[in-house]
Amino acid sequence: MVAPASPPAARRGPLGGLASHPSLRVLEHDLLVFRRGWHSYMLSGLSQPFLYLISMGIGLGLYVNRNGGAPDGVPYLNYVAPALLVTQAMMAASFESAWPIMSKFVWEKTYLAALNTPLGATNLLVGDLMWISFRAVLLSVLFFAAILALGAVSSPLAVLSIPVAVLTAMAFAAPIMAFTATQKTDQPFNVLFRFGITPLFLFSGTFFPIDRLPLFLQPLAWATPLYHGVSLARGLSLGRVEPLADLVHLAVLGAFAATGLVAGRITFRRRLAL
Amino acid sequence: MGPPSEPPAALVRCTRAHGQYHPGVPANATPLDSLIYARGLTKRFGSFTAVDGVDFDVAPGEAFGFLGPNGAGKTSTMRMIGTVSPVSAGTLTVFGLEPAHDGARIRSRLGVVPQADTLDRDLSVLENLLIYGRYFDLSWGEARRRAVELLEFVQLTERSNDQVEPLSGGMKRRLVIARALINEPSLLLLDEPTTGLDPQARHLVWDRLYRLKQRGVTLCLTTHYMDEAEQLCDRLVVMDKARIVAEGSPRQLIERYVTREVLELRFRRDEGETDDSAHLVGQLEGLAERFEQLPDRTLVYTSDGEATAAAAFERGLRPTGVLVRRGSLEDVFLRLTGRSLVE
Ligand SMILES: Nc1ncnc2c1ncn2[C@@H]1O[C@H](COP(=O)(O)OP(=O)(O)OP(=O)(O)O)[C@@H](O)[C@H]1O
Ligand SMILES: [Mg+2]
Repeated sequence: MVAPASPPAARRGPLGGLASHPSLRVLEHDLLVFRRGWHSYMLSGLSQPFLYLISMGIGLGLYVNRNGGAPDGVPYLNYVAPALLVTQAMMAASFESAWPIMSKFVWEKTYLAALNTPLGATNLLVGDLMWISFRAVLLSVLFFAAILALGAVSSPLAVLSIPVAVLTAMAFAAPIMAFTATQKTDQPFNVLFRFGITPLFLFSGTFFPIDRLPLFLQPLAWATPLYHGVSLARGLSLGRVEPLADLVHLAVLGAFAATGLVAGRITFRRRLAL
Repeated sequence: MGPPSEPPAALVRCTRAHGQYHPGVPANATPLDSLIYARGLTKRFGSFTAVDGVDFDVAPGEAFGFLGPNGAGKTSTMRMIGTVSPVSAGTLTVFGLEPAHDGARIRSRLGVVPQADTLDRDLSVLENLLIYGRYFDLSWGEARRRAVELLEFVQLTERSNDQVEPLSGGMKRRLVIARALINEPSLLLLDEPTTGLDPQARHLVWDRLYRLKQRGVTLCLTTHYMDEAEQLCDRLVVMDKARIVAEGSPRQLIERYVTREVLELRFRRDEGETDDSAHLVGQLEGLAERFEQLPDRTLVYTSDGEATAAAAFERGLRPTGVLVRRGSLEDVFLRLTGRSLVE
């Protein structure tokens, strides 16, 4: 009735089989869904960070600049913009790895349908992590364009803060996805956001350096990936490269993402093999 | 048998079923000539055993059924065959492969219609099929070609671009069946394919499954409905409380466990009268070898219903309703477990 499909090997392009990796099929699913709702997603994803950029960077900036400016005398907008670039990616990715992933386990059960195909639990994890990262790229590029338009960029290196934002998003998304796979309801997410994500947003050096924090809180900020993402992106966009410190920042972000991925592999498999 | 909406029939047992099951598995069956091969297959959830050491084989081209009441372990068995649920103990091979090692390879040749619809409500009818084709690594073009053909096959072409949610239960079920066929599986697993459908929708599904079988697709299905099992299955096992209690073709099972005919007698229950079953059976004693007292009627198992009815009249019994029918799988189940299939 139907001609046999060409074997996967025959369709391998220059990417050598990578393009037919099963995890990419999950990404395609999400893109198919996204085709319908992308406008509202982008709008809601960007409106809040823009508000912060305007109110803090420009509004609060007027006051800060009049009183000597941000540390090192840079305009406050230039100081806060790269941090907001990173935090908006982090906030969006954290949200995406909580409720929508829970839905795929519990409410819509999208994962259960996919498991009756050659896809496995790890493909679902990797595919959806790629999807969340992909949206972090989209949002970050747009947000960066806005920063450029406001003239809040001090160095060509600033463009590198986009990949930093995406890496920070992954450093949050992977562990939260791993956590989501262990939960039956979305109750814990409220706690996670109220007492985890939101305080991080405020106290990880986004709006002021962490050395202004009470002494006992500083090591805490140091231990979170957001601080490292913000520091790295800010340094790059102000044109200050400190190889050693920047490598540490990268390593911490990478470690969070990798640990989350390893943990997620375990929790996804456990959750989906009943 | 009444419609599925019939209130639960609490049964009063009058006769013990002495039927002892001797596994009817061909002695020479091997994992290689069976599409599905199970020996001592067991599923445990914690300390609870949902499937308790079952043996069965499914041969290529066969339509094989699991018949049993709620909680019998049908879905648990199907999920192990579908490689989405790890086997707790025993042996299971599908296409001669082991689920634990070759899950993805097995699934690539399998079509699955799960008990609960898992359609994607964020996608259109057509997109549901397309993305499934992609999951099976079809090119977009090939996925589209097959999707269009399959929507035709299940009579959903007009709904191609609609969202899934407004579809009726029967349409959704057909869409799930179409989706399960996108990879042209040689083995189709159907977990209660027609539960909740109206008679017309059921017949459409039956017809499509029959056509698939004609094309050589092996069917493995579960059902609560004896008519479905009789319609579709070449061979079936009756499951009850995690075990297989009988195996055979519908005809064999009926011959083995029940009489050719069943006489159904209804009596008017006078006011104030509570339970007259013992009295009734006393009056019927000797007319046939076995009786089953249901709340609303008495079943008399006999080779000649008419003659037995006449004999009952001679004894002065005056039933308000008399029905003679052929023995059915429902009677087999009643005989083996003392309970009715649809609870
Ligand atoms: N994930 C699970 N965890 C714990 N117990 C389970 C799980 N899945 C099934 N069970 C139990 O295993 C038993 C068999 O369930 P199963 O779904 O296999 O029955 P079934 O024959 O398909 O019933 P139904 O006709 O209602 O679909 C039931 O008692 C059920 O509660
Ligand atoms: Mg079931």
